[in-house]
Amino acid sequence: MDKTDSELLETIADLHGIPEGSFNIRKNGKLMARNSTADIEIVPKKDKDGIDIIVKPGVVNKSVHIPVLLTVGDFKETVYNDFFIGEGADVTIIAGCGIHNDACGDAEHDGVHTFHLAKNAKVRYIERHYAAGDGTGKKSFDPVTNIYCEENASFTMESTQLGGVTSTVRKTYALLGKKAQLLVKEKILTDNEESAVTDFKVELKGEHSRADIVSRSVAKGRSVQNFGSDLVGLSECFGHVECDGILLGGARIISTPKIDAVSPEASLVHEAAVGKIAGEQLLKLMSLGLTEQEAENAVIKGFLN
Amino acid sequence: MLELKNISYTVQDENTGRRQDILKDLDLTFADKSINVITGPNGSGKSTLIKLIMGFEKPTAGKVLFNGEDVTMLGVTERARRGFTIAFQQPVRFKGITVKNLLELASGKRMDRDDMCDCLSAVGLCARNYIDRAVDGTLSGGELKRIELAMAVAKGGELFLLDEPEAGIDLWSFEDLVKIFDRLRDKTVIIVSHQQRILETADKIFLFDRDKVSAAERGEDMFALLTRRPALCRRNVKENCYG
Ligand SMILES: Nc1ncnc2c1ncn2[C@@H]1O[C@H](COP(=O)(O)OP(=O)(O)OP(=O)(O)O)[C@@H](O)[C@H]1O
Ligand SMILES: [Mg+2]
Repeated sequence: MDKTDSELLETIADLHGIPEGSFNIRKNGKLMARNSTADIEIVPKKDKDGIDIIVKPGVVNKSVHIPVLLTVGDFKETVYNDFFIGEGADVTIIAGCGIHNDACGDAEHDGVHTFHLAKNAKVRYIERHYAAGDGTGKKSFDPVTNIYCEENASFTMESTQLGGVTSTVRKTYALLGKKAQLLVKEKILTDNEESAVTDFKVELKGEHSRADIVSRSVAKGRSVQNFGSDLVGLSECFGHVECDGILLGGARIISTPKIDAVSPEASLVHEAAVGKIAGEQLLKLMSLGLTEQEAENAVIKGFLN
Repeated sequence: MLELKNISYTVQDENTGRRQDILKDLDLTFADKSINVITGPNGSGKSTLIKLIMGFEKPTAGKVLFNGEDVTMLGVTERARRGFTIAFQQPVRFKGITVKNLLELASGKRMDRDDMCDCLSAVGLCARNYIDRAVDGTLSGGELKRIELAMAVAKGGELFLLDEPEAGIDLWSFEDLVKIFDRLRDKTVIIVSHQQRILETADKIFLFDRDKVSAAERGEDMFALLTRRPALCRRNVKENCYG
C-alpha cells in the first residue's frame, strides 16, 4: 500500500491501514486484501466481477469495509456486489470509492450494489465518493443501488460526494415491505464543469412503510446537478423527499420530484428549495469578522456538515 | 467614541421611483464607556441606523467616525475586526451550523466547554443542551435571540450594537439581560429598545421620530419625559393612520 492508497482509504473509509473484522479492498480491478469472518462472510462471484457479502442472522454491532481504489487512467470497471442480511442482524457497511487519476485517460468505477434485508434486519450503509488527480482524464462513478427490505427491516444510506468527480449518474431503487424503513441522506458538491445526476425510485409497498430522502447539494462554477425522485405509495405509508440546493457562480440545479399515491391511504410529501446563499447569512458571518469568502465557506461547510 | 456626522439615508421605491428619506441629517455622538438606548416608534429608522453603523448599508450622505477614523467606506468585515459587534433584531438561521460553530467563529478561536458555558450562561442558556444544536428553525424564538446575544458576548469588541435585545425574551429574564449590559459598561453600547427596564439602565436615551432624532438628553430626564408623554413615541404610527 503506497501513500496515495492510504490517503484515499482515509478519505473514503476513515481507515488507517488494514481494518479489523470483515473487509474487501479492491484496487485497480484486483483484490488487494480480504478477510472473511464467521459472522460476515465474503465470497467472490464466479460468473462476474464482484462479491457476495453474507451477514448471518442475529449478528449485531459489526461492520464491514469494502473500499475500492482506482489510481490509474484508461480504466473502467463494473462491479456487482450482493448483500444478504440475515434476520435481525444490525450492521454497518462502509463502501467508499476513491479515484486518483493523474493520467489523461478516463477512470470510471460503476458499482452495482444490491441489498436483501430479511425481517427485522438493520443496515447503515455509508458510501463516499471522492476523486483527485491532476490529469485531464475524467473521473466518474455511476453507482446503482437496489434495496429490498422485508418486514420491519430498516436501511439507512449516507452517501457523500464532496469534490473532484467529473461526472456521476446515481440510481437508487428501493422496495419496502410492511413497516420497512428507508432513510437516505445524500450530500453532493460539484464544481467547474462537473455534472451529477441522482435518481431515486422508491416503492412503498408494505403497510406502514416509510421513506425519508434528504438531499443537500452545493453546485459551484459551471457545474450542473439533476435531482430526480419518484415515490410510489402502494399502501398506507409515508414518504418524504427533500431537495435542498445552494447555487454559486454560474451553476445549475434541476430538481424533479414525482410522487404517486396509488393507494389513497398513502401520504407523500416533497419539498425542494434551490437558490443562492441568503445575503443575511453572509452579513451575519461577516459581522463576526469573516471575509465574504470565509463566510460563504462556513455556510457551505455547515450545510454539508 | 462613535460620531455620526450629517448622516442621511434615502431609498428609492422600485415601483414608483419615489425617493424616501429614512434618515436625514443625523448628528449623533456616542461616548466611550456609555450605554445609549435608542427608542422610538416602529419604522422610525432605528434598525436602519444600526445597519449603517455596522456597514451593511452605506449612508447616502454623511460620515461615520470611530475613534477619529473615518470608517464610512469600510466594509462589514473590517468594522467587525475594529471591534464593531452587532446582535440582530431578527437573528439569522443557518442549516447545519451549530451553536458551537457560531460561537467559535464569533470568538475567532477554538472554545472548550468552559468558554462556551461562560457565553451561554450569560444569556441564561445551559451549554450542555445547546452547543450541538443547529442554529435553525428548531430553536425557539427566545432561544435564537439569546444565542444571538451569546455570539456578541463571545466576539467581544469595543462598540456594541444591540437591536431590540429583549424582543422575544421572557420578562422574567430581563434582569439577566441587564447584567449583560453591565458587563459592557466599559465599552460603547448602543441598544435599540422599547423596554422600560432597559431604558432605566441607559446613560443616555435617544428618541427617534420620523427621519430625525427629536431628543437626546440625559437618561433619567428623557425617561421621565417619556413616561409623562408617551405620545412622543406614538406619533409616527398615528400619522400613518390618518395621513
Ligand atoms: N431598502 C428599503 N426600501 C424601502 N424602505 C425601507 C428600506 N429599508 C428600510 N425602509 C423603511 O424605513 C423605515 C425604517 O425602518 P427600520 O427597520 O429602520 O425601522 P425601526 O425603527 O427599526 O422599526 P421597528 O421598531 O419596527 O424595528 C421603515 O418604514 C422601512 O419600511
Ligand atoms: Mg428595528
